[in-house]
This record gives sequence, C-alpha cells and structure tokens, in this order.
Amino acid sequence: MKKIGQKIYLGIIMAFLYLPIFYLIAYSFNDGKTSVWKGFTLKWYTALFNDAQIMGSLKNTLIIAVLASLIATVLGTAAAIGIYNFKGGVRTAIQNVSNIPIINPEIVTGVSLMLLFTFAGVMMGFEMGFWTVLLAHIGFCTPYVILSVTPRLRQMDSSLYEAALDLGCSPAQAFFKVVLHELMPGILSGLLISFTYSLDDFVITYFTRGSRFQTLPIQIYTMTHQRINPKANALSALMFVIVIAILIISNFASIRKSKEATR
Amino acid sequence: MKSKRPAIPYLGWMLVFTIVPLIMVVYYAFTDKQGHFSLEAFSNASVYSEVFLYSLFIALISTLICLLLGYPLAYSISRCSERAQKMIIMFLMVPMWMNFLLRIYAWVLILQNYGPLDMLLNLFGIDVTLIGNSGAVIVGMVYEFLPFMILPLHTVMSKIDNSLIEAAQDLGCNGAYVFRKVIFPLSVPGIISGVTMVFVPTASTFLVAQYLGGTQFMIGDVIERVFQSDHNTGSAIAVVLLVVILGFLVFMNRFGDKEAVN
Repeated sequence: MKKIGQKIYLGIIMAFLYLPIFYLIAYSFNDGKTSVWKGFTLKWYTALFNDAQIMGSLKNTLIIAVLASLIATVLGTAAAIGIYNFKGGVRTAIQNVSNIPIINPEIVTGVSLMLLFTFAGVMMGFEMGFWTVLLAHIGFCTPYVILSVTPRLRQMDSSLYEAALDLGCSPAQAFFKVVLHELMPGILSGLLISFTYSLDDFVITYFTRGSRFQTLPIQIYTMTHQRINPKANALSALMFVIVIAILIISNFASIRKSKEATR
Repeated sequence: MKSKRPAIPYLGWMLVFTIVPLIMVVYYAFTDKQGHFSLEAFSNASVYSEVFLYSLFIALISTLICLLLGYPLAYSISRCSERAQKMIIMFLMVPMWMNFLLRIYAWVLILQNYGPLDMLLNLFGIDVTLIGNSGAVIVGMVYEFLPFMILPLHTVMSKIDNSLIEAAQDLGCNGAYVFRKVIFPLSVPGIISGVTMVFVPTASTFLVAQYLGGTQFMIGDVIERVFQSDHNTGSAIAVVLLVVILGFLVFMNRFGDKEAVN
C-alpha cells in the first residue's frame, strides 16, 4: 500500500516536471498563435530554420561553448595541478577565491564583469562582444574544471609519475603518458560540465555581450520576452529531442562498457 | 609534478577576472558619479528595500515548498533498487538541460489568460487571473529549482545504510521515531546543500518575475534596470545582495558544522 502511494507521488512530480515541456512541444505544431488549436502544421519549424538571426546565434553559441570549454579545461587542469602543490592555508585561500564565480550570484558576476569590460573598453578602445563573452565564459567554466580534476589528483598515486621517470620517460613524456591518463576522467567531466554551462548561460552573457553579439539563450530571450512566439516552441521541441537522444546514446555506451567489463 | 608553476596563468586570471571586477563593484558602490567617496548610492538603493525583502520572501517560500515536495520524494527514491534510482535521477535531470527561459516561457503559456489552466478552471466556474502575481512567480521558481533540491537530498539519503534503520526498528522504534532519530539527522547535510542550491539562485534570479510576476519585480530585475543608467546605485544594490547571500552561506555552514558535531 505504501509502495503504491510512493509511486503515485513520483508520478505527480514527474508530471509536474514534464507536462509543461510536452505542452510547449505540442503547441509547436499548432497552426495558430494562441492556445486555440487550429490544426497541425510544421510551419514554425520551417520558419525557425529559415530565421538567419536564430541560426547565426546558434553558430555563435556553439563557437563560444567549444572554445570556452577547451580553454577552461586546459587552464583549469594546469591550475588544479599547480594549486595541489601549494600547502595548507595558501591552498585553501586560492581554492576559495577560485570558487567565487560558483558561489557568487550570477547577476553579481555579470555586472562586475560588465564594469570591468566597459572600463577596459574605454581605456583600450574596444566594445563588448564576442571576445568579452568568451572571456566571461572561460571565467565561470574554469572553477568547475578545477573542482572535477582535483579529486582525481588526490586519488592518484604520485609514485606513478616517479616510476615513469625511473623507467626512462622525460618529465614531459611522464606527464602526458601517465599523469594526464590518470586525470582523464576528471578532465573529461570538467570539459563536459563547461560545455553545457556555456551553452546554456544567459545571465552572464547578457551583461557582457555588448549591443550586437547574439547567442541562442539571448535570442530565446528576445523571442519570448513579453510575447508569444511559436518558433520558441519549435526550438524547445528540438532541444528536448537532442537532450533525449544524447541520454539514450550515453546510456547505451555505458551499458556496453559495463558488459565489456564483466566479460 | 611538484611544481606550483602550472597554477600561475590561472592565478593571474583570477586576479583580473574575479578579484578586480568585485573590487570595482565595491568601488562604484561607495563613490558618486564624479568618483568621490560617498554613500549616496546606498541611500538611492534604499528605495528598493521593499523589493529586496519581497525577493527574500519569494526565495524563502519557494525553498520551503521545494524542501517539502522534494524531501519525501528523495527518500522514496533512495529506497529503490540501484537501477531504478539511476533511471529516476536521469529523468529528474532532463528538464534541467532545457534552457531556463524556455521552461519559464512554458509556464507563461500555461498560466496565461485563456490558456489551458484558465479555461479548465472556467469550466468549473472559477474565474481567477493565474499570471502576473506572486503565486505564479513561486510556481515558476519551484519548477525551475526543484531538481536542485532533490538531487543533493538523494545523494545523502542513498548513503544511509538500511541496516541502521532496521537496527532502530529492532530496538523498538516506531516509524515516526526512526525518522526523527535516524533518517532526519543523517539527511541534514543534504537539506543544507539543497536549501543553499535553491535559495541563492531564487533570491538573486532575474527575468522569472518579469515573465510571470506582472509588475512586481525582484531584486535581480532591479539590478539590471538600474545598471542601464546608474552604475553606482546598481553596484550598491549588488553589494547588499552579495553581503546577504554570503551571510546566508556562512549561517548555513555554521548550522551544518553544529549538526555534524552533534
């Protein structure tokens, strides 16, 4: 009896989480702009793909996400190794400062960077745009890389590195062949977190993008702020399908991996 | 491998992109337009103290609702088989990967006048405006942040050893007593991180109120608006927000430490 109650409760919460998304998707096929159903259509999808602004901002989002996550991963992995070699209070202090972008309310990070970039822009004669957004994204991604690499460092046996040296590796070889290999799961999850956070960021981008540079979340804001726009519904449907596809693929990959492991 | 040098680029980075910007916010907050020391910005900011309290109130209510909804769910998930737990957690995370504005926009469509919920209630002869009030903002916040409450709660609860619960039962505890003496104390770290993860973003978020709250803005919206014309007052509000959030984090940490000692 208790079990059934728990299942019903789980069902209610899942319905609460998913029904709004399904509603959004259903109305991407509606041949009208209001909540009155006027028949099935795919015109919002064609409109979406033919919208040069949306496609351009999608391209910008992807470029920023790829560059920001790659740079943050390199910067953060190096930083994690270096910080690990500091001792005691200094290390804690550095880690605390490093975590500021995570703890700080996003809006405060956003306006603080805006102040910096406007000030530097006046001094050095540039305007906010692609580069300032990229810098801002690297800034909020790197702490997550450090947070995911540091535990791997702690788990790693430092004699592995020394063994590689004894066996004739140069320090560089030992680093790339042994250390990096050991840290790889942490580095990859840092890269993945950075990529998804960068893709999805609205607040910090909003304050550092200047007047012209557009990313997809900014475009979504322009599309949905104080208006109804079925193209946004079509976009939600596509995003939902992509998320589900990634999940299924990664699930299959992990099932295959665990099967291979048991073999 | 023993070198501190790899950290140097990032140390420089933190100086330029974390510390200097924060110092600039504080500097702007304590100066006037001519750059002289002044508390004018804070007295200008005091106009928004009501909005500030309103934001904290919304954040508090939303956090409480998330806790009340999320706690029993996290517990019942943590008692499922490992496979089922993985599945359920995955399904809880999918909505988090959708853009947050689209999720809020979904609620605009649902709650709008002549929207599905409005029509449904009209059938029963109930005629209320669902959008443009605090209730709609709270619904949006709970929708947005409920997974952030459930996930840390689940992480902590799934580590509670079943044999501890059984031992308590064997020693004669009834259900409520087991909960009060075993499950609840062990879940406190999860409550603390869940409450933190929901309260901080709800208190400081912007746009949710603009989408769902009608004319009643929250402090994040105010910061954005004010910053467009007046960096000094905007910075002052940001500093106050930052101090309140930091105070909250320190308070939650203390609370956690105390519980851990007990």
